[in-house]
Parts: sequence; structure tokens; C-alpha cells
Amino acid sequence: MKKHPLEFLAGIFVLLGLAAVIHLSIRAGSGSITDGDTCIIEARFANAGGLHSGSSVLVSGVTVGRVVGLRMDPDDYCAIVSLRVPTTLRLPTDSMASIKSSGLIGDKHVTLSPGADETYLEPGARILLTESAVDLESLIGKMAFGSVSEDSEPSDSPQEIETP
Amino acid sequence: MHTEPSDILTISGLKKNFGGREVLTGIELAVPRGMIFTVLGPSGAGKSVLLKCLAGIITPDAGVIMFDGSALGENDFSRRDFRKRSAVLFQGNALFDSLTALENVSLPLEQTTQLDKDEIRARSLDSLRQLEMEDFRHHHPGELSGGMQKRLALARAIVTQPELVLFDEPTAGLDPLRRNAVFAMIAKYQRLARFTALIVTHDVPEAIVASDRVALLENGQIRFEGTPADFTSSSHPVVSMFRDSEAALRSTILSIRSPEPLPS
Amino acid sequence: MIRPIGRISLDVIGGLGDFSLFCGKSFLSLPRSRKLWQRFVRAVHEQGAVCLPVVMVVGVFTGLVLGLQGYHVLSRFGSEGLLGTMVSLSLVREMAPVLASLMLVGQAGSALAAELGIQRNTEQIAALETMGIDSIGYLVAPRLLASLLVYPAQAALFVVVGLWGGSVSGSMLLGVDSGVYWSAVDRAIEFHDLIECFSKASIFGLLATSICSYQGFHAGLNHATSGARAVSAATTRAVVLSSIMVLMSDYIISSFFV
Repeated sequence: MKKHPLEFLAGIFVLLGLAAVIHLSIRAGSGSITDGDTCIIEARFANAGGLHSGSSVLVSGVTVGRVVGLRMDPDDYCAIVSLRVPTTLRLPTDSMASIKSSGLIGDKHVTLSPGADETYLEPGARILLTESAVDLESLIGKMAFGSVSEDSEPSDSPQEIETP
Repeated sequence: MHTEPSDILTISGLKKNFGGREVLTGIELAVPRGMIFTVLGPSGAGKSVLLKCLAGIITPDAGVIMFDGSALGENDFSRRDFRKRSAVLFQGNALFDSLTALENVSLPLEQTTQLDKDEIRARSLDSLRQLEMEDFRHHHPGELSGGMQKRLALARAIVTQPELVLFDEPTAGLDPLRRNAVFAMIAKYQRLARFTALIVTHDVPEAIVASDRVALLENGQIRFEGTPADFTSSSHPVVSMFRDSEAALRSTILSIRSPEPLPS
Repeated sequence: MIRPIGRISLDVIGGLGDFSLFCGKSFLSLPRSRKLWQRFVRAVHEQGAVCLPVVMVVGVFTGLVLGLQGYHVLSRFGSEGLLGTMVSLSLVREMAPVLASLMLVGQAGSALAAELGIQRNTEQIAALETMGIDSIGYLVAPRLLASLLVYPAQAALFVVVGLWGGSVSGSMLLGVDSGVYWSAVDRAIEFHDLIECFSKASIFGLLATSICSYQGFHAGLNHATSGARAVSAATTRAVVLSSIMVLMSDYIISSFFV
């Protein structure tokens, strides 16, 4: 009778809305790491500026995880960054973590460069080979005043090595 | 104020002020069961306020309303009991324009009783049939004429089989023929459904013909109460003034139209 | 001098109390409400299907503008690749819940206030009361319930068409690679952003619907006017107050999520 078109339209609307919600959830899901077993590994940086909870963790340019926490180690004032990565990702113990930015004003992310060691990092282990964020402003400042030297930046982490 | 068991409704000392203006100044009234009782009065005399106090839409400042022997509060048991056993026919009919005629009539049963679907439908159709509105059951109120809307409103009022129906100006804005039809309708269904009808109106001639008892409300007080015959023969100054307003108008008009200068 | 301040603050507090009582009553009436489904469906239709075209149009154009403006801002820094991030985050976090709610206030909220106002003035609400029907439960509760569902759904649809609009202006017209755009979108949107979006929309829905219902329900009761003027005044108050409350609560909710 007269009630039906109304119920029908209301139903269509609800279905449309539901479809939109599901569509967005899939989009939200596809950007983050696929669910499955994940574990936390930590990385110790001299400077984790620009990084925040939710920043991407990349291996060879592919997003594999997220930054889930940042804290400061009161013993030596270094930043401890917690990374959530899938357990299937087996990282050699001599892997390196570096903070990079995408584009000049882009978001900071953590890039993991796997090493060549025979042993692998356990969940909860800490990566010590790190490369801190490049302090763009001071770099630009030094460039402007003509005092860029080879050894000034970018990193002063305890075990500094060159990027491959 | 004497209260007899035959009175379905007794009102005593009812007062209501609106912003310092006294609209009702101590109403004393007893409505006998099974009658058509009409409260007459000029516009602004407080008739609608009186009816709304009875219906519980307006809370009176003072006074007692007794329905079937128990005093009515604002939202107590006796008031809920009153709502179950009474119905109100509003001046503007107060029909729900988003619902069909049948849905309008079945609304009070649906929302306030535990009856099952078929029973509600049967009773609603029965009520519509009594008022010869069955063919219009799928119409919306907006598609009906004024008289039909009034009939539909009455169908909705009697569907709960009330003992008392309050009519608020049922003939307001209607032409004389429709006024007669409305009073005839009230009289007919009052006999059929055996409810007590309390009508407030300012249509004197129709009310006198249709009512069993009339009262005159003027300046917030009941000035007269009696049978229609008493009303027509009464020499009470307010009654005669209200009753004979037509004659007064005639003399006024005549004096305006007369060539002589107006008497000051 | 002091007295008017006192009176106004008492009025405001009294009004707020009255309003909370009104909202409380409508929720408390839910379990007792009969044949709620029919009125709920009607309310979903009123707020949902009826308002959908407007919300969609506004959504598409918001996306188009975000794509256009975002492109021109980001291209200054050579970061056009972040266009998808900008469009999607602006839409999900702010634009969709706020603009969809404001459009719903304008369309469904004003209609609701006017309908209830007319029902008040034609004594339909009084009629419900005299029939022994709980008028707030009958008229307001299903609408509040519907707004909890409909506002987030409208916001979600707004986001979807907005993202599409952003891709039209950003990648089809201005030349950002569509793969770059959509992958930036996918990377940007996260579950907590969606939760922010939907919870905002639900709260806006409840606020707007309860304010509009309250104003319509009391049209001509608390004020000296009556009839058409009371209805128009109530509708105006309903739309203005709900819009203000949507934006104010948006700030408060955002500050919790950020």
C-alpha cells in the first residue's frame, strides 16, 4: 500500500550508507599493515623529531608497519621508538633503522634497511644501528651561511654507519 | 456544592489566571451522566480554557475537578484513568496529516491498549462505519472536507468507547447548515455510543435545540445553569443579553441606518 | 544591573534543565514505545533518503574544491603526491561530519521543527496527551533514534563522493596521477579517523535532532507569540541553535580525538 515506497527508500538509504561505511573501512584497512600476527620491535634514535604514532614503517619503500609509540630513555636522553611490524618480517640483527621524510614537507617515516647477519631480531628487540632525522632547518641554515661540512650531520647515534 | 452519584463530572472553585488576567474566577458546575451538556458563552469568556483544564492540557491555579467520584491531578492515576475513559474533540480536529483516516482512528487503540492487530482494525473500521467514513479510510485528512474531518475526529474520539467526550467549539467557522449537521451528528452518536457530551460553543440556537442542559459562562463564572427551556424563558440579564443578541443587533443596525442623528 | 544578569542566567539554566529533561524523557520512553518501527522507518526516510541528494551534491563539490585548492597549495612545495592525504583527511575528520550535519539540519532539522511546531499549534500534541499517548515518546524518540544511524551514514556517503570529487579535480583535471592520489588516500585514512568521523556525526545528529525537536515541540508555549509566527520563530531558532551547537561540539570532540 502507501507504506511500501517509504520503507523501500529508507531501506535503500540504509544499504547505501552501509556500503559507504564498508568501503571506507576497506580503504582504511588497505593502507595499514594487513592484520595477522604482529610484534613490536624498538629502535633507538638520537633524534626522533617529526615522527609520531601512526607514522609508516617502510622496507625498500613498501609500507610494512606503523610507529606505535615514542618515549624518551631517561638514562641517555635518546628516543625509543616502538614499531609494529608483522612477525613474518624477519630482520637480521644488523638491520638499520633510519628516519626519512617523503618530500620536502612530507611526513616522516621509518625506513628499515635489512642487514646481512645470520641471526634475526626477536620480537621486542632493539635496533641500535640508527640514523636520526635530518634536521632540515639547521641544514638549510648552514647552507645559507656556507658552513656545511661533511661530518656535521646527519646523525650522531652511538654506532654510526654509512647508508648503503 | 452538592455532588450526586449521577454526576460524571463536578467542578468546584476552578480558577485560572493568565499573566495576571483572571480568566476563570471560581467555576462551579456539575455535569450529569448520559447527557448533552452545553456551556455557552461569548468569545473570550473562558470556555476553551475551562475545557482545556478539564482535558488536562492546562493546569488550573485552584479548584477541584471530580471525575466519577475521584479528584483529578496533573498526571496521577485518576488523570490517567480519566484519559482512558474520556476523549476530546478539538476545535481544529487535531487529526494527524501524515496518517490515513484509518490510521488516525486506530492510533489511540494502538498506542494505549493491548488489543491485537485484527481487533484494532475491526474496531477502527466499525467506528469509521458508524460515521459513514468507511469509504475514505485510505484518505489523508488533508484530502477530506471540513465536515468529513469533523466526522473523522469524532470517529477517533469514540473508538476508545469513552464515557465522556469534550467538544471544543465543534462548530467554529462552519456555516449554519454545517453547524446543524455537526450538532445532529453529536446528538446521534451520543445516543448510539451512550457517552456524556460536554460541549462548549457560542452558537446559541443550535445548542439550545440539541442539548439536554445548558450553562452560561460569562466573565469566568457560570451565570446560569438549567434546561434549554429555562434558558429561553430566563429573565436573567446576562442570559437575555446573550440570547437576544440578534434582536440587539437588529436595533443597532436600524438605528445606524435611520436618517435621524444617532442617539448619544 | 546585576538583576538582569541573574535572570538571564537563571533562564539559561532553567532552559538547559528543561531541554535535558526533554531528551531524557524521549530516551526513557523508548522501551515503552509501541509500533516504534513504523515511525522509525519514516524518520530514517525523512533524514536519509529525502536529504541524500543534497548531501551528495555538497559532498561532490566539497571534494572538487578540496582537490583544486589542495593541488595549488601542495604544488608550491612540489608535494602533489600528498593531495590524496589532504583531501581524505580533511573530508573524514572535519568536512564530512560537519557539512553533512549542517545540510541535514537545514533540510531535515528545519522540517522537523516546523512539523512539530504546527502539530503543537493545531493541538495535535495536546490531542496525543489527552488520548493518554506519550507525545515525546511518540513524536521525538523515533527521530532521535534514526539520527544516531542516519547522520553517520550520510557522513560516510559524503566522504565517498567527496573523495571521488577530489580525484576528479585533482587527477582528472589537474593531472595528479590517479594511482598516486588513491594510494595516498588509502595510506591516510585510518580506523581511528573513521571512528572520529562517525562518532562526530552521531553526536551532531543527536544534538541537532533534539534541539530541533525541542524548539518545534515548544513552539508558542514558552513565548508570547503563537500560530505561524511561533512556528517560524521556532524553526529559525532550531536551525541557528543546532548549527552553532554542531560547530561548537565539533571543536570539543576534535580536541578529544587529536
